[in-house]
Amino acid sequence: MNIMSETAAEKVLEKKMNEISYKMIGEAVSVYYGDKRALYDVGLKVRENTVTALIGPSGCGKSTFLRTLNRMNDTIEGCRVTGRIVLDGDDIYDPSIDVVELRARVGMVFQKPNPFPKSIYENVSYGPRIHGLARTKADMDAVVETSLQRAGLWNEVKDRLHESGTGLSGGQQQRLCIARAVAVSPEVILMDEPCSALDPIATAKIEELIHELRANFTIVIVTHSMQQAARVSQRTAMFHLGNLVEENDTDKMFTNPDDQRTQDYIMGRFG
Amino acid sequence: MNSPHIASAYDEELKYLTRRISEMGGTAEQMVADSVRALVSTDAALAQKVISEDVILDEAERQINEKAIVTIARRQPVAADLREIMGAIRIAAELERVGDLGKNTAKRVFAVQSAGIPRALARGLEHLAELALMQLKEVLDVYATRSAEKAKAIRERDDEIDAIYTSLFRELLTYMMEDPRNITPCTHLLFCAKNIERIGDHATNIAETIYYMTTGSQPEGDRPKDDNTTSLVAGVADSTA
Ligand SMILES: Nc1ncnc2c1ncn2[C@@H]1O[C@H](COP(=O)(O)OP(=O)(O)O)[C@@H](O)[C@H]1O
Ligand SMILES: [Mg+2]
Repeated sequence: MNIMSETAAEKVLEKKMNEISYKMIGEAVSVYYGDKRALYDVGLKVRENTVTALIGPSGCGKSTFLRTLNRMNDTIEGCRVTGRIVLDGDDIYDPSIDVVELRARVGMVFQKPNPFPKSIYENVSYGPRIHGLARTKADMDAVVETSLQRAGLWNEVKDRLHESGTGLSGGQQQRLCIARAVAVSPEVILMDEPCSALDPIATAKIEELIHELRANFTIVIVTHSMQQAARVSQRTAMFHLGNLVEENDTDKMFTNPDDQRTQDYIMGRFG
Repeated sequence: MNSPHIASAYDEELKYLTRRISEMGGTAEQMVADSVRALVSTDAALAQKVISEDVILDEAERQINEKAIVTIARRQPVAADLREIMGAIRIAAELERVGDLGKNTAKRVFAVQSAGIPRALARGLEHLAELALMQLKEVLDVYATRSAEKAKAIRERDDEIDAIYTSLFRELLTYMMEDPRNITPCTHLLFCAKNIERIGDHATNIAETIYYMTTGSQPEGDRPKDDNTTSLVAGVADSTA
């Protein structure tokens, strides 16, 4: 009897865990660069507190799609986005949306670590300062420390917070950029090939970090490394020639994908 | 099927595994056939040959595993490629076991040599072996063609072998009850029959593995049950003899 009730409880728990909540939803997203169409009606739901990896051959539109999620495409001359993207139910392309605030909620980490040529402290405190997130010096110190802790960098830099961020190693610089993104308490973090300039050890540290950040943030990562997608993500989306061809559990994607194009791509076969 | 890899050496590595498995299959078939022939004709020389061939399969399995591990480490295979390699490891293990069973049957030739084998029993054993060998041959053909449907069909046919094994079991019990001097040779023959029946199970395992390699999912539904002799008692055997 006891066993019965335990399994019943487990079922309820499982059901609860199976209730998926979507942080961002893209519907029929198309992107044009001038006359050139780069994305075709992409529909992708990004799960909350989940790492979603975007994979696919170069030029298939991964970065383009990623940039639509925080309107980074707005900064590109001649770029036009159609369709709908919502963040917690709100259309982020609605005219009433403040883009600066949007980018604080949906942060971004780029391929090449790009710290400001300023101190480590200033790199991290810059965002919170312009968003008015810390009132006193003590508040700011706390934000900087927490952010560096979360980026797994605190122990390495705590004694040299006022040295230049550009003096750090590549892997440390990338973690500094992650600390900078985390400092404004975003809800979603977008990463575009964040490890492509890093060696395997620095890459492993970033991947471990992604794994930890997932508890507090929703993460979308573009990667050209299939193994990285397999290691860090729970969901994987495969793009091909501007189309989303498959989105699936990462476990399924790497053992038995549904789409032939995904198969060929991840197995390294001629498509 | 799948288009070739961009890295052609990867295709070569996978082809190597396929080729070695097929070779193992051929050796295992031959060993089983020879072991049963040695048994029914009490041919000690042939039995000795089977026993000495077992190392071929042991070595082949070792080499397949080594190649598979190196390929996994170097290529990090995924999806169908990963299933292909895992499948090769599993099938090599099954075939190695088939070889062991053939060898075990061959060893018993020496024990039953002096007593000889009644003609009716020999025919029964031959028939059982024919079926098991047919199943093994078919499953190896399916391995070459990768037909998920045929793999499933083989898996569903194992009960034929089980039925014959059960009737042989009854027959052997009858002989033992007739004359206690039959007990020793009949016990050996019982183990031989069991060995042959087990080969059908290994063929079924291989069929399931091929199904998984091809489709990425396990075949559905219960597989045919093992033999029915677990509930047979002498009295029952007597009444049906
Ligand atoms: N700023 C841009 N101006 C014009 N075309 C662009 C621009 N950025 C990307 N593209 C084009 O859009 C397509 C998708 O590019 P991108 O999103 O960068 O692909 P991925 O990240 O998958 O490699 C490509 O054909 C690329 O040439
Ligand atoms: Mg890109």
